[in-house]
Amino acid sequence: MYKDQIIEKLPYSTPFLFVDKVVDVDEEHITGEYTFTEDEFFYKGHFVDNPITPGVILTECMAQIGLACFGIYLLKDAWDQKNWSIAMTSNEMNFYKPVFPKEKVIVVATKIYFRFNKLKCQVTMYTKDQTVIAKGNISGMAFKK
Amino acid sequence: MTQNELLSKLKTIITPYVQNKEALENLTNETDFIKDLEINSANLVDVVLDVEDAFDIEIDNESMEEMLTVAASIKVIEEKLASK
Repeated sequence: MYKDQIIEKLPYSTPFLFVDKVVDVDEEHITGEYTFTEDEFFYKGHFVDNPITPGVILTECMAQIGLACFGIYLLKDAWDQKNWSIAMTSNEMNFYKPVFPKEKVIVVATKIYFRFNKLKCQVTMYTKDQTVIAKGNISGMAFKK
Repeated sequence: MTQNELLSKLKTIITPYVQNKEALENLTNETDFIKDLEINSANLVDVVLDVEDAFDIEIDNESMEEMLTVAASIKVIEEKLASK
């Protein structure tokens, strides 16, 4: 599967798509990136006059790359948006650095297991100069609607 | 391994994933993991993976789908142990 085809198969759109590009993917890892634009909807309220990307959004970005994109790749031809849906089922995240508007983040996820349509990954988010922003484990499931 | 030993091992495995602790205390063969114990489908996968490790067996998709009650799980585990 081509890397750019994965994003086309994602069930998200603006304002809740947090993947620009899948940089690299194989059976064990995925790397993806996203640049937070200045006008993301949540900056108006988080925080007032002090825009910082919410941790839940960073977690969502990590899940969209490390679970959704990776899972679609691992499911291969079985996946289609019409008959399948996905859900994050757990996450445990630590945050080390704030992410401001216009910042680019790189997400690297390593498969812990993919069994019975459940994907569990160790996931790390980096700045473009390789500083760790957030790190943890996330799991999600794909299921027929 | 006797049925009782197997049951006690299974109970230890499912305990961390159970929402309904009262149903766990009154565990019977008919207890349903999702309906009675309120285990979610993601943690049901963890139960199956933990069963694989604890009994050193491999559970295929078909068997996994059967493992929704205590009795059905014990049946699958016994079958897999017998065919080892």
